[in-house]
Amino acid sequence: MSDTKHHPNRLGLWGWLGGGRWGMERYLYALHRVTGLGLLAYFLLHIVVTSSRAFGADRWKTAMDAVTGPLFKFGEYLVFVAFAFHAANGIRLALLELGFAVGEPIEPVYPYRTSVHVQRPLAIGALALAAVLVAIGTASMWLVD
Amino acid sequence: MIRDQKLWTWHILAGAVILVLLGLHMLTMHMEGVVKLEGLNPASAANEAQGGGKLQPIDWANVKARSAKVFYLVTYILLLGAALFHGLYGATNVVHEANPPRWLHKTVSALAVVVGLGLFAFGTWAAIAAFLLAKAL
Repeated sequence: MSDTKHHPNRLGLWGWLGGGRWGMERYLYALHRVTGLGLLAYFLLHIVVTSSRAFGADRWKTAMDAVTGPLFKFGEYLVFVAFAFHAANGIRLALLELGFAVGEPIEPVYPYRTSVHVQRPLAIGALALAAVLVAIGTASMWLVD
Repeated sequence: MIRDQKLWTWHILAGAVILVLLGLHMLTMHMEGVVKLEGLNPASAANEAQGGGKLQPIDWANVKARSAKVFYLVTYILLLGAALFHGLYGATNVVHEANPPRWLHKTVSALAVVVGLGLFAFGTWAAIAAFLLAKAL
């Protein structure tokens, strides 16, 4: 808290909606948080629902019957899509955290170039990985019996 | 500050654990129609070998078969702990980023610890109880 006392986050959550000069990566940042919070909400309920297996077959069937139907299936699919994006983008963030794909430091000569441009292929790769996972999940959940 | 650095490092490490174990969970539960891996749903293979119909991953026969395996018991508890820490620490960071008043900052952090420990204890108990039940059946 003390580190940010003199530099308040003036935009707050509204800042998630504007990419500004950070472009695509800023939206990936916002989407990473939105999917993370969604996955967390699902996960906390998932722990409670799936714990019914500890009470035997009848309680398990009752719990599963309560979360069956097209609406729940679609919700489950959205959770899978959120997982695919969050996982792929999480790999990108971990690689950047470890210093990969950020490029070499350069002299600040005009016109300035940011390392965001160097990172862009990694962001595109992460989105491509997420798309492949979503395609497999879509085929498995909706197309293959 | 040092405490935050340690927690952030654990956050990333937990993410790596989740990537592997949740990936396995997704393969087992949501991608088994396309990606066929032997042993992920033990009852399915046995049922099909006996000429029975196709079983879903959430059918009790598969749930019981997975619950009886030590591998699933251990990986479930590991995934539970890693995912609770990663998720709740991530959520508290989202709140902290918005620069809330100090009392809200502390309340959210305390709530995350209480919810995390409570659900970890409950989920671990459920996994062990299901393991013992599946072994007894």
